[in-house]
Amino acid sequence: MIGLLVVREVRRALGASAWLPVAFFLLVAIVVPFAVGPDVRLLARIGGGALWIAALTAALLPIERLVEPDRADGVLDQLALRRIPEEAVALAKIVGHWLTFGPLLLLAALPGAALLGLNGPLLGRTLLTLAVGTPALAALAVAVASLTAGLRSASALGGLLLLPLAVPLLIFGASAAGGEGGAFKLEAATALFVLAGAPFAAGAALRALRT
Amino acid sequence: MSNLLTMTDVACWRGGRLLFEGLNAKLAPGNGLWVQGPNGTGKSSLLRVAAGLLRPLAGTVSRSDCALADEALALDRELPLSRALGLWAALDGSARVSAALQALGLAALADVPVRLLSTGQAQRARLARVLAAGAPLWLLDEPLNGLDDASVAAVAATIADHRAAGGGVLVASHLPIPGGAWRTLELAT
Repeated sequence: MIGLLVVREVRRALGASAWLPVAFFLLVAIVVPFAVGPDVRLLARIGGGALWIAALTAALLPIERLVEPDRADGVLDQLALRRIPEEAVALAKIVGHWLTFGPLLLLAALPGAALLGLNGPLLGRTLLTLAVGTPALAALAVAVASLTAGLRSASALGGLLLLPLAVPLLIFGASAAGGEGGAFKLEAATALFVLAGAPFAAGAALRALRT
Repeated sequence: MSNLLTMTDVACWRGGRLLFEGLNAKLAPGNGLWVQGPNGTGKSSLLRVAAGLLRPLAGTVSRSDCALADEALALDRELPLSRALGLWAALDGSARVSAALQALGLAALADVPVRLLSTGQAQRARLARVLAAGAPLWLLDEPLNGLDDASVAAVAATIADHRAAGGGVLVASHLPIPGGAWRTLELAT
């Protein structure tokens, strides 16, 4: 059952230009050298953090299409009629969203890192922190999309909600990319916490949408 | 025989006002109940309360498995009609999609993307989704809107077949549904 819903999410994302967040991610990575100048050592020092900011902004883009179309079209009602728990729907949305967001973003991080002059162990660490962080970003995006579905100016509100919630992830992820020893474990712990909590938060929000 | 739907003393509060209260309704297998009333008296809300999607302010609702056709189509726009219906059929574990398409005269449109369907075709697709679900209780909101005469006949025949097979139908409609005897439930302002 969840598998069917995951497949549907992936199909919908691919049909709704899943490459857009990734293009946005690359664009932010391209803009950074223009803003701080071409100093190679400076770029290498801030590169990991810059890629994390790019990933965070890219995570904002899909929020609008994650839940609202299903609410407006009665799909959520039909799922509820079939007594499928809202938490399961949220989990399927998280998994489906990550599948079309995480791997593409990691691929795009390679040219992004090249633009910022990241290489060697620095590149490896950055990719690793993004690999651990993107599932949590996807989970946050689904939770925020569930909370803001049906509201006016939902996308702006979604950004305002998601960015502060993602700050711990950003702090630990960026410092782990920069080589801080314990930061990676803290990032993983934060990501795990977000991943574990998001389906329940999103499920409660989806239930509240019906009233 | 037990009832497919029992609503006891139900009150519904929506948008800051009381839509109805003290409402009692029973639907036994084979029965049809026709909810009437002017716009805004809570016909659609009554259907949502019966479905369990909306919690009543007071009273109790118990129902068997149900399928709901309200104004939302709930079919993926980009998919061909048969595959869009197939998603729900797969979740329901049913294999009735092609039979449902046939019954509602949609067989020729099975490969047409849902977004290209006309109003009347979408209306029949909505009923096809309900039919394919195989639930004993149908909750239909204005099932005859936007239909031509032939489609009205097809929809009425589908509903009559369902009732003949022991299903119950709760319908909110401005238009009388041809075929079979209907008990009426009037919602007043």
